Amino acid sequence: MRFAIPLVVFVLVAGFLYRGLALDPREVPSPLIGKPAPAFSLPTLANPDEQFSPDQMKGKVWLLNIWGTWCASCRIEHPLLVELARREQVDIVGLNYKDDTAQAKVWLRDLGDPYVITAVDESGRIGIDWGFYGAPETFVVDADGVVRHKHVGPVTPQALQETILPLVAKLQGRQS
Amino acid sequence: MSSRLLASALACLLLLPWSARGFDQHEFPTVEQESLFRELAAELRCLVCQNQNIADSNAELAQDLRREISQMIRSGDNKDQIIEFMVARYGEFVLYKPRLSASTIALWAGPLAFFALGLWGLVRIVRSGTQKPAAIDDEALERARKLLDDSSSQSNQNG
Repeated sequence: MRFAIPLVVFVLVAGFLYRGLALDPREVPSPLIGKPAPAFSLPTLANPDEQFSPDQMKGKVWLLNIWGTWCASCRIEHPLLVELARREQVDIVGLNYKDDTAQAKVWLRDLGDPYVITAVDESGRIGIDWGFYGAPETFVVDADGVVRHKHVGPVTPQALQETILPLVAKLQGRQS
Repeated sequence: MSSRLLASALACLLLLPWSARGFDQHEFPTVEQESLFRELAAELRCLVCQNQNIADSNAELAQDLRREISQMIRSGDNKDQIIEFMVARYGEFVLYKPRLSASTIALWAGPLAFFALGLWGLVRIVRSGTQKPAAIDDEALERARKLLDDSSSQSNQNG
């Protein structure tokens, strides 16, 4: 009985620590999930006179990948995106964030271009609308233009197999 | 020697504006707008370096957000509108001062609950320490009185 109170306190603290230390503080839940994708109209990397807007993807499930040549972890995830694009399961749109356009072109030429289209966010203003803070970030947008998932940091094979691809398949109406 | 010291001190002074340049300047037409800007930049979290607010952080995103906020203030947005803008994009996490809601109630009520718990424990401990001793029965009281009487009469005889 003497040990009842310390025991309860210990179990409580241990419980909180077990849960709290397992959480990744960089994973901030996005308020965009379940909301329409923030609209924008930006020039494309291939042709500055051409504009890209998320409306053009209506009717398709697609990924928005925010990247830049200044971002080291973007280089890590890039081969995975190239491989994903090769399998043609889902369209990936690139958002080149606050980058040097010439360098971005060299990057895509040398490392492969997984994007159906790349939009250029030179000022970073559209990144703010998407709540972008930890490069790279990848969003899953459904056929109605609603954001369904956000992945912060480089896409890992595990995240792709366990979360992103099953979700894409579900949204496309296929069974994974 | 001392003139050389003075010269290097002056040279250091010349470098001061250079170090102050690190923080981008935002000018506002009114004092209220400027203080609102300072208030918001202090209350909003920079998500790149999460333990710094937007005012302290030198991350590029923090600079962009400072620019965005200053533009919003100059175009006449009030505090609530700007906070709404930030929360809609980055979530409640961006607020260093979380709003009262179902998901943050533990955050606000927690300290109070722990304080109440501590107070309750303190009161219990203090009470148990000052409890009156059990009533002494008459027999024991009589014996004690006799002992005292004996010793006092003895000491009187000795004295």
